[in-house]
Amino acid sequence: MRYLPLTDADRRDMLSVIGVEGVDALFADVPQSARLSGPVDLPRRAGELEVERRLGAMAARNVTAGSAPFFCGAGAYRHHVPSTVDHLIQRSEYLTSYTPYQPEISQGTLQALYEFQTQVANLLGMEVANASMYDGSTATAEAVMMATRVTRRKKAVLSGGLHPQYVHTTETLAHVAGVRTERLTPAIDAEAAVIEAIDPDTACVVVQTPNVFGTATDVSAIAEAAHRAGALLIVVVTEAVSLGLLKAPGAMGADIVAAEGQSIGNPLTFGGPYVGLFACTDKLVRQMPGRLAGETVDADGRRGFVLTLSTREQHIRRDKATSNICTNSGLCALAFTIHMSLLGETGLRRMARINHAQAKKARDALAAVPGVEILTPRFFNEFAVQLPRPAEGVVDALAARGVLAGVPYSRLEPGVMDDVLLVAATETTTDEDIEALRSGLAEVTA
Amino acid sequence: MSMLNVGRPTAPEALPDNDYKHPTLTGGRGLLQDEALIFEMGAWDKTGVDLDEVDLDLSDLGGLTRDEAIGLPGLSEPEAMRHYVRLSQKNHAIDLAIYPLGSCTMKHNPRLNERMARLPGFADVHPLQPQSTVQGALQLMDSLAHWLKTLTGMPAVALSPKAGAHGELCGLLAIRAAHEAKGQGHRKTVLVPTSAHGTNPATAAFVGYRVKEVAQTADGRVDVADLAGKLGPDTAAIMVTNPNTCGLFERDVVEIARLTHEAGAYFYADGANFNAIVGRVRPGDLGVDAMHINLHKTFSTPHGGGGPGAGPVVLSEALAPFAPAPWVVSDGQGGFRLEEREAGEAAQAFGRMCVFHGQMGMYVRALSYMLSHGSDGLRQVAEDAVLNANYLKARLETEMTAAFPEGPCMHEALFDDRWLDGTGITTLDVAKALIDEGFHPMTMYFPLVVRGAMLIEPTETEPRAELDRFAEALLALARAAKAGELERFKGAPYHAPLRRLDETRAARQPKLRWRPESPTALAAE
Repeated sequence: MRYLPLTDADRRDMLSVIGVEGVDALFADVPQSARLSGPVDLPRRAGELEVERRLGAMAARNVTAGSAPFFCGAGAYRHHVPSTVDHLIQRSEYLTSYTPYQPEISQGTLQALYEFQTQVANLLGMEVANASMYDGSTATAEAVMMATRVTRRKKAVLSGGLHPQYVHTTETLAHVAGVRTERLTPAIDAEAAVIEAIDPDTACVVVQTPNVFGTATDVSAIAEAAHRAGALLIVVVTEAVSLGLLKAPGAMGADIVAAEGQSIGNPLTFGGPYVGLFACTDKLVRQMPGRLAGETVDADGRRGFVLTLSTREQHIRRDKATSNICTNSGLCALAFTIHMSLLGETGLRRMARINHAQAKKARDALAAVPGVEILTPRFFNEFAVQLPRPAEGVVDALAARGVLAGVPYSRLEPGVMDDVLLVAATETTTDEDIEALRSGLAEVTA
Repeated sequence: MSMLNVGRPTAPEALPDNDYKHPTLTGGRGLLQDEALIFEMGAWDKTGVDLDEVDLDLSDLGGLTRDEAIGLPGLSEPEAMRHYVRLSQKNHAIDLAIYPLGSCTMKHNPRLNERMARLPGFADVHPLQPQSTVQGALQLMDSLAHWLKTLTGMPAVALSPKAGAHGELCGLLAIRAAHEAKGQGHRKTVLVPTSAHGTNPATAAFVGYRVKEVAQTADGRVDVADLAGKLGPDTAAIMVTNPNTCGLFERDVVEIARLTHEAGAYFYADGANFNAIVGRVRPGDLGVDAMHINLHKTFSTPHGGGGPGAGPVVLSEALAPFAPAPWVVSDGQGGFRLEEREAGEAAQAFGRMCVFHGQMGMYVRALSYMLSHGSDGLRQVAEDAVLNANYLKARLETEMTAAFPEGPCMHEALFDDRWLDGTGITTLDVAKALIDEGFHPMTMYFPLVVRGAMLIEPTETEPRAELDRFAEALLALARAAKAGELERFKGAPYHAPLRRLDETRAARQPKLRWRPESPTALAAE
């Protein structure tokens, strides 16, 4: 087998060095009843060509985003990633290294993480960011848990604009940790409604901007209300590119920001792996979950980087840790930081402007379709429309015509707002794509 | 064309002092560049991506425009390429040499898997496209589930957890839900052996359980008598790693499962070390109720400098109904459906682990690896992994003290630091001296139950010559330590990109991000 270097002669020699007759002797501690006598009932080994054929056949059954006019978003966005990014993250030294436990021979990963943390902190307008979380949804759940530790309160208020699957992820964790969640009714433009729900037990309010319906919100007033009540403001962002054009959460009073970083550097890949961005204010850093790279010096006084503040973490604190997180999303974070370094502020701003411009064109085009109503008042690259009939059927009909028209809201929350469709556009969206969506929608809903 | 060699010395000149070293003038060392941060070299107005500046009416943003500088330097493409290539050269990697981190399973990462994950049919597919347009993606998830269930002998699997610790969380949430459904919600204690990974007690505490430790026997296994005494009507689960973190198979695992079930509790197995038994032992035959599988360990998805991983959890009949959303349903005729609702069809999902459907990119890589090996190859994986570890144990025992010398180990060999007694040299010093010899050190000071632990896991993808090279380096160091060559150890590493780093300073005066020297530098755009 091509991945196994030992020859039968090696195996025989090595067994004699060990001083046993055969390899079965090495499994002597396994109860006899649990030892399998032969291979399990699965196919035998296959060469590269055969594996390519089998997996290629599965891949060919999927309609790729790049092959159709494509408008899906709702927390995962199709952007163009420069070829340099994918080349660099496949370098052996990044791809096949582990968590940088030995800093003297891991400076590549550590410096890249330190740069990543700085980029993320600046992008979100926050003081400090960690070395990444699994994704935006788990980062949100962890942010809520962190807020309960900081405030020693046990209630979280979730806005009606928070992505429903983020809500469910957070509720799943909060429920077992004894944290009460109050989720407000889903609404297109109602982030500020959380203010009414704040009470003396409230640890945090969680709002999303742009929210799941695409609505961008100035959360400054929410921050003030939360802080007056001794609660923290958690801001969720699922489209990182929006921050090239929209005011940063930190500038509006956020205490913790949990964001999805997939848009920068990472392909759609049917939902993962992605990269969670997590940032907070300096004074909260010791309650932060996840890995942190920090600057220090070596024995010769040269600058270097290490994983630090690990007394928060599971391998030191065990059952007293701030989180159980161990593996993060290292290589996706690397893709993020490389893409962001290539973009720079200038490129990010230009990219964000193109996204907004294409979304405006799509909005204008759909507004002209009879029976279709635009619902989102302020948006970046995604907006919600009301259709004259259930959105799932419309989307299926358009898919049959070769158009991936967007995400029905009811896909995220079965049975709710059946006639609402979420439509996203990015720099990959062409004017022809928009026309295909407009004409297709007009036909299907006529 | 030939080089003109007249007048040019072609052999090194003898120097008076062979030990003469001097710092370089630039900080660079041979091929290793002293690399600045992007914030010190990039420019706010530079970009390595050609995008047009579009005219734009911003009225749809509702006045929320970002007017102040963001603080993101840009690099041209050649500058970015050099920056990240230079940094990469300061990393150790499995592609460079053995990476014997115990408990981490650093094995070869086949590039076929990378190619498969990048097929547009997998990489360029949105998680919320209509299901009719993603039948191949759902088929892949269904196939992966079939392989995982067959290899573990378990009836169900939750694919969505994003890493091992996330899988532990998933397993404990299923256990909790199952207890609640039976009116056993008062069970609040989880038993964890002292040798467990830190994630085990952290996860149990995270979901609101009290952690009670179970003692270990002198031969490195769970103390069954101690366990029996601690199991009770408040026990929700036991979490056991098998093979355990001492690299040993829990001989009494069937009895542990029996006692656990008799007490009305569930058996959670930490599958971090599944590589040692894959294809030879099915955890389902041992009485396990839930076990996560680190696809980035046993099934070779790359570690990527710390992630992303994937931690699917296989579940017993008792726990299967509580698996989180979503899951794939096959119609038996080549069609597939993704069930995203949390209830229905006898299911009582405890909730959701994350947005969307988990780590698809890792599923593709893992299945590519499984198809390549096949059932016969995977069995050979376990055998060679265990053989390599025992071979290293046998060779190293001549100078070092094995923590549990009696009997074979599984996929990793555990040593303590008794062989260093009286030398003044520590486990950490040995690790740093190994770096000088060109190797990544073993896992140090874990498990906590062994003094100065050194946990060595070679994996099955190391050739014998590399095992010998590593063993000889470590044996030479052991002899040097016993000969009192303190300087070789205390100052190490001397030959790495950096010398030993001051971790205390990093923690006492945390500098977690770059900041401009003068506050106005950023605004000077």
